[in-house]
Amino acid sequence: MEILFFLFVAFVAVGSGICVVTCKNPVNSAIALVNTFFCLATCYVMLDAPFMAAIQLIVYAGAIMVLIIFVIMLLNIGTVDVVKSSHAVAGGALMSVLIAVQVLYMLNRGEVANIEGPMTESAILAIGHTELLARSLFTEFLLPFELTAILLLVAIVGAIVLAKRDV
Amino acid sequence: MISVNYFLVLSAILFSLGVFGVLTRKNSIVVFMCIELMLNAVNLTFIALSRHLGNMDGQVFVLFVMAVAAAEAAVGLALMITFFRNRESLDIDDANTLKW
Repeated sequence: MEILFFLFVAFVAVGSGICVVTCKNPVNSAIALVNTFFCLATCYVMLDAPFMAAIQLIVYAGAIMVLIIFVIMLLNIGTVDVVKSSHAVAGGALMSVLIAVQVLYMLNRGEVANIEGPMTESAILAIGHTELLARSLFTEFLLPFELTAILLLVAIVGAIVLAKRDV
Repeated sequence: MISVNYFLVLSAILFSLGVFGVLTRKNSIVVFMCIELMLNAVNLTFIALSRHLGNMDGQVFVLFVMAVAAAEAAVGLALMITFFRNRESLDIDDANTLKW
């Protein structure tokens, strides 16, 4: 039953991913991308990561997509040329098929290294996913966390400076 | 519990779709959305392997990837607005000032 549900979600995710790439209108691409984000959030819930699913919906489907759609509306771009010349499409298709074949080949032949950590399903359920994540984030990864805060500040200042008409 | 390989295959397919979009689309906003698609595919890999190996580090990395994606979205879209103001288009092929 679970596998059927996963296959359904994966099918919808890949279908809307194809829509993102092929839709003529950028707004349709954006809506399809939101759909993909929802499907990925569902996958995260299946992987016992509810906090990541919530963050996925809030940050990606909320903030980033609103920003993208806002820019589409602001610049008022309608339906434009879908693709480049045909040899570019052939090259792009070749590259992406090569990447897919390479990854699938490695998955087929390789074995996911099985050094089991302490976070089994029962541990996650007992302690809580958010708390486990916070423990890791505020102890082991404290410095990268602070650096991320600085990165976001720099990005805000940079975005304002770039988008301002006359600095 | 679904095998981790299913999630990795889904992630590989989404990543390849993103690569295809980046290489073939002209509109820079669509290219940007395809990059987001690739980032999300990588996030799915991180979380699937983190769950499979019983280690929380991968999910912390996903948080960092999301923070970087948010920063990238802000700066990238500001760049697009500036580009549109100068060139009156969002076509990738119009960004050719550095082309020899």
